[in-house]
Amino acid sequence: MFNISTQALFAQLLVGLINGSFYALLSLGLAVIFGLLNIINFAHGALFMMGAFCAYFLLTYAGIGYWGALALSPIIVGAFGIFLERTMLHRLANLDHLYGLLLTFGLALIIQGVFQNFFGSSGLPYAIPPQLTGAQNLGFMFLPNYRAWVVVFSIVVCFATWFAIEKTQLGALLRAATENPALVRAFGINVPRMITLTYGFGVGLAALAGVLAAPINQVRPLMGENLIIVVFAVVVIGGMGSILGSILTGFALGIVEGMTKYFYPEASNTVVFVIMAIVLMVKPNGLFGRAS
Amino acid sequence: MAAAIDTQSAPSGARGFNTELKTFVGMALILAILPPTGLVYPYFIMQALCFALFACAFNLLIGYVGLLSFGHAVFLGTAGYVGGHAARVWGLSPELSILIAVIAAAALGVVIGLIAIRRQGIYFAMTTLALSQMMYFIYLQAPFTHGEDGIQGVPQGKFLGLIDLSKPYGLYYTVLGLFLLAFLLIYRTINSPFGEILKAIRENEPRAISLGYKTDRYKLLAFVLSAALTGLAGGIKVIVAQNASLTDVHWGMSGEVVLMTLVGGLGTIFGPVVGAFVITAMQQYLAGLGQWVQVIQGVIFVACVLAFRRGMVGEIARRFKASL
Repeated sequence: MFNISTQALFAQLLVGLINGSFYALLSLGLAVIFGLLNIINFAHGALFMMGAFCAYFLLTYAGIGYWGALALSPIIVGAFGIFLERTMLHRLANLDHLYGLLLTFGLALIIQGVFQNFFGSSGLPYAIPPQLTGAQNLGFMFLPNYRAWVVVFSIVVCFATWFAIEKTQLGALLRAATENPALVRAFGINVPRMITLTYGFGVGLAALAGVLAAPINQVRPLMGENLIIVVFAVVVIGGMGSILGSILTGFALGIVEGMTKYFYPEASNTVVFVIMAIVLMVKPNGLFGRAS
Repeated sequence: MAAAIDTQSAPSGARGFNTELKTFVGMALILAILPPTGLVYPYFIMQALCFALFACAFNLLIGYVGLLSFGHAVFLGTAGYVGGHAARVWGLSPELSILIAVIAAAALGVVIGLIAIRRQGIYFAMTTLALSQMMYFIYLQAPFTHGEDGIQGVPQGKFLGLIDLSKPYGLYYTVLGLFLLAFLLIYRTINSPFGEILKAIRENEPRAISLGYKTDRYKLLAFVLSAALTGLAGGIKVIVAQNASLTDVHWGMSGEVVLMTLVGGLGTIFGPVVGAFVITAMQQYLAGLGQWVQVIQGVIFVACVLAFRRGMVGEIARRFKASL
């Protein structure tokens, strides 16, 4: 009863879940950063790409494999993010939000341009770690182990982040600082340091997504270029007020996109944007957003 | 949105008007006598004039309404495709092709505007960017745009049946005339009662609402006007360059117009023109550097946001306490 087309359907569903994992990780990072810094981080796609390149460099020049990169790459790129925040972004604290968008857009141009100069536009291969090669035959489809790992691991990371922000003491401080930074500062909490670390954390999430993507998408200077715009649409659809909302919207839109690839491939590039337009007409603040 | 972007609102009144008028006449004269001197390629100036008009239209939104549209290239590219198609496939005259291009851009402006003005500030920027990316993918697949090839060999024809646009000077002075007319239209809009309401919305939207203005309608009207003027730039550009391609719809182009306006001075009248010439010249002279041009543009972006938010014309205006 499971014919070729059912197999194709499940294959696209899986592709959708994978993309959804990246959307969720990236929009989660954007939402966390926006909460505290009031900045939309346009450089998120470029930092995602740096995460993948970092994994590639670690392997090529230091012999550190996938698992090491999974831990080190977010730390290294996150530290780079902290450098960006300390040297530039924090100067924009009292300005209109739009300047943050413009500054990070410039940073994205610089980062992508530099990588393109050295690596061109073609992709560098990055092998799947030996523990995760192969695939499972589920009867109705073949499930490559690595792809299953990406989906499961992303879900775990997303929910760990949600738990840390919504259910822990540190998260409570973070939420309080989002709500009213001046008051939290008056309690003796070092809010500027919190902001810096939050930016580093959001960037680290992007880099983590980059490492996860490296074996699937190849390592390319422009791998984050179009992705970031889809993630913007995801963020507009979900609204940035809710952590869980960003995660759910990310996965849901990935799946919708995958399904569109199966049923009406011509629209697979545009479906997320169409959904965004519809959501804006019906619920201008986004599915999980609060009134602005 | 609480505080709009730093802008230098042009003080009205006799003195402000005088400097602006003198500057305008000076600009028109320089542009009129440049090509016969042979110092600069007319093609370069025409290209820069198209971008200058594009940047002025964009500045109408960011500088005077406080709306950052990050997908403005979609109107330039749409107008280019429609105008190019009208001239090449339908064989229409250049003025009709440009007119249809403007109408197409304005119509798209109505649709995108209606969706995007439902959100403010940063969400508005992301929404316009996302919608323009959607149009990019549509144009990538649509048959009439010829995908990666674009529409090539657009005929130039005779403007109003009189001026032969395939002759260099005929083309140049037609483009210049259209640019100056559009520039005056923008200037008139900014200094009209309508423009004053736009500035009020930029400064304090809730107060404008409480004064009884339906701010969404004003924002939509400004958005459509900006889209239509961008369409004019796109329509002229396709006649000048004789081709329409995906580059003009890509978000990179949207970023470029932000950069031009930022370098020249957000919310200044002449800033976008200066910025467009500076950036176009830079691209021209640094073309051999490949991707480094993108890096340099990024550096200029960062430098402008961090240390030079008034832009070139904004700084000059402040230094001489003039309105420009």
